[in-house]
Amino acid sequence: MKALTFTTALVAISTLPALAEGTLNIYNFGLYTPPDLIEKFEKTHNVEVTVTEYDSNETALAKIEAGGHGFDIIVPSGYVVPVYLEKGLLLRSEPNQLPNFANVDPEWVDVSWDAGRSYTVPWVWGTTGVMVNTKVYSGDINTTAIFLDPPEELKGKVNVVPAMQDVIDMAIFTVGGEACTSDKDVLKAALDKLVAAKENWASIDYASFEKFINEDLQASVFWSGAAMRIREANPGFAYGYPKEGFPLWQDNVAILADAKNVDNAKLFLDFIMDPENAAMISAYTGYGNAIKGSEAFMSAALLASPEMTIPESAKGVARLQKTCSPEVQALYARMWTDLTK
Amino acid sequence: MDAEARLQQDDTRRRWALALPAVTIITLFSILPLVLVVVYSFLTPGDFGNVKWQLSFEGWFGVLFERDIFDDTVSFSDAHLTILGRSVALSLATTFITLVLGVPTAWFIATRPARQRAFWLFMITIPFWTNLLVRTIAVQEMIRSEGVFNSLFLWLRVIDAPIQMMFTNFAVLLGMAYVFLPLMVLPVYAAIEKFDFRLAEAAYDLYASRLYCARKVILPIVRPGIIAGSILVFIPSLSAYVTPRIMGGGKSMMLGNLIEMQFGQGRNWPLGAALALTLTALVLVALVWYTRLTSGKRKDV
Amino acid sequence: MSDRGFDIRRLPGAAPLAITCFVILYIPMAILVFNSFNAGKSIGDWEGLSLQWYAAALQNEAFLNAARTSLILATISALIATVIATLAALSTTRSKTFRGEASINMLLNQPLMVPEIVLAIALLIIVAQIKQATGYAGLGYLILAHSAFCIPFAYMPIRARLEGMDLTLETAAADLYASRFYTFRKVTLPLLAPAILAGFMLAFVISLDDVVISEFLKSPGQDTLPTYLLGELRRNLTSEIYAISSLLLLISVLIVAGSWLLTRRKT
Repeated sequence: MKALTFTTALVAISTLPALAEGTLNIYNFGLYTPPDLIEKFEKTHNVEVTVTEYDSNETALAKIEAGGHGFDIIVPSGYVVPVYLEKGLLLRSEPNQLPNFANVDPEWVDVSWDAGRSYTVPWVWGTTGVMVNTKVYSGDINTTAIFLDPPEELKGKVNVVPAMQDVIDMAIFTVGGEACTSDKDVLKAALDKLVAAKENWASIDYASFEKFINEDLQASVFWSGAAMRIREANPGFAYGYPKEGFPLWQDNVAILADAKNVDNAKLFLDFIMDPENAAMISAYTGYGNAIKGSEAFMSAALLASPEMTIPESAKGVARLQKTCSPEVQALYARMWTDLTK
Repeated sequence: MDAEARLQQDDTRRRWALALPAVTIITLFSILPLVLVVVYSFLTPGDFGNVKWQLSFEGWFGVLFERDIFDDTVSFSDAHLTILGRSVALSLATTFITLVLGVPTAWFIATRPARQRAFWLFMITIPFWTNLLVRTIAVQEMIRSEGVFNSLFLWLRVIDAPIQMMFTNFAVLLGMAYVFLPLMVLPVYAAIEKFDFRLAEAAYDLYASRLYCARKVILPIVRPGIIAGSILVFIPSLSAYVTPRIMGGGKSMMLGNLIEMQFGQGRNWPLGAALALTLTALVLVALVWYTRLTSGKRKDV
Repeated sequence: MSDRGFDIRRLPGAAPLAITCFVILYIPMAILVFNSFNAGKSIGDWEGLSLQWYAAALQNEAFLNAARTSLILATISALIATVIATLAALSTTRSKTFRGEASINMLLNQPLMVPEIVLAIALLIIVAQIKQATGYAGLGYLILAHSAFCIPFAYMPIRARLEGMDLTLETAAADLYASRFYTFRKVTLPLLAPAILAGFMLAFVISLDDVVISEFLKSPGQDTLPTYLLGELRRNLTSEIYAISSLLLLISVLIVAGSWLLTRRKT
């Protein structure tokens, strides 16, 4: 009987709500949420924040779509926002009415996925390219050949991040097509190229930074900011902008339609549009934010870093990532399954 | 109705009442979900995960076949067959390695004097009860590029650049053999321990040859243990998820990882459900084979 | 004894292979513990002995939360599983077979026969629906799911003990017109206690060990030690992981040693 009483007591304890004034559950990419930013937010607003991480837009979407996830905030890339909207998964929270919205760079207000910003606010923008350990390979790194046709030195040491859109887009650029093309010959050529390249890859993984820093892996399809953080720990690594073309993207913060802590979520959206806080995000993630005045809080080294500044020579081949038609999305998904299974 | 029958009926009712909580919780949290998996395997995948409630056999079709992405021609699914083949092959190899190392170890422990035996058993129980993830992390540390083996070989100048061992079939095999080894030792030990060694000595005294003795005396002792150990290693290997995920790095995938992928990135829940049921069926086949083998054994004793 | 000096127990080659086996089992774990005392920031470089990673872990709120969740989850689930398994064992032992006994036995072993990953996705499907319908996202789902798969483990030792138990004492008590419940409390339960404790410990360890089911079912903020470790493994491969792993290893050693002492004192 004592055991039963004890059990009941424990159950009672475990179902008690957390003690803070409020809670906020954020679902974001891994290694993408600055701990100091969260700490500052918790202190400022007396809210207890829980951050849970995912490894790709597709994984996050699948989890949200399944229901019963318990998250308040999600950080989808621009190309995937329309899908969330179509499924009715985001709350029309009108962040454009928030006090700090005036700080958003006008260039990032009327974006194709959320014109006028009724659902989302900018998190950061960046590019997807390749990262190579130049101590191991000293040739040209501004090319998709790093992962699609790896040089001898890198064979078996290349990682590919599980970012379906970025990886397939770059393969399409390499075979001379446009992202989201419905031309099946181009798509087939891109898939063939990827499948042929796969045997030279070490992993298809959201790999931990230490795997590169410790040189377990020597190259990767990678995002610019992540590449910067690795370069800072291991100067051998450099980031390349493939001349065949590379995606330029923005990730966005949105409140989920079934969020339980909408007020706290709005506080967070407003909080990250403050220049000083946006600078904290850039400093941690290594990506540019879209908040005017944040430069004042960023170090000169960060602002001038080769990963955050697209070189003039590469600007012509940067392509803003877009949403494919549903048919092409379905083809992308099947190509990706075919590649990763 | 006579008193005896009523008493028995009462007893049956009381016993069912005692078992009721167990029956309820297992039904709700283990059997009902599986029934739902069966249902889901016959539905249509949603556009971005989850399912649409429309009957479809595509999930089951997808276990072994695939349609070409671009022209819809049907062929065997190379990828799934490769993963299935790899899962079975790596599980058999794991069973074999654990047999080679585990049987002599069990024999060694069982033939120690009683006090020493307790110590050695204790030594095998610790890894057995240590978290699987922790043991996988430990074995990963051995074969990383900057791990123990590579550092040692580099220092000895056996090699001049680290060998890539992680994310290969070898890595997955090594990891599984390491984490499942205690599962082989314990049942084999239990079988040997029951044996009265004076019997074997008696046989030998009767001038049986060494080989004859081994075949007729030793083998029958360890056989049931070997069968039990093999099944205990083979089944978790076949359905392994954590070890291949860490050691295989998304490239040397096994069935468990393929199933998980359909519920995440792959976004094809019906296919995932059908694959999950396929795995369950394989495990059940192994279990049935095991019961056949052991009950058959009992007959000829 | 044989005058040819033959001892069948001495199987040639068994001892060296057995020692090899123990070395293989222990070296990786020893290195893991050794690494956890590395003062260096990353696992690559050795910079002397230090306890800093243990200190860091004990100040790491995410780790402490995960430890708390694991402890609550394992304790409650093991308690529920043990109570339920004890009742079930009393139902299926010490009588002539009764109608439905075979099905109860099969049911009790069912969680053992289904691969963990399959059970995990099955639970994911059903729990997502319930969460959506009820809005409740607490620890209850994990507790009940863990209880369910822990039942067979708690059941095994209790059933074995009951089957081997001498019935004379209970019959004697019954002859003295003691009530059934009184007999159970004063006679059966004390005799059964060690097995119940063993069942509880088994269930506790099984719950603590679980990665897959917790990983699929957890709501935000419900990381257990193993799921936290799994996530951390993807993020950063720092020495703190080795410290946390070593702590988990220590827990296992303590539990095994504890159950060892318990059973040894008895015999």
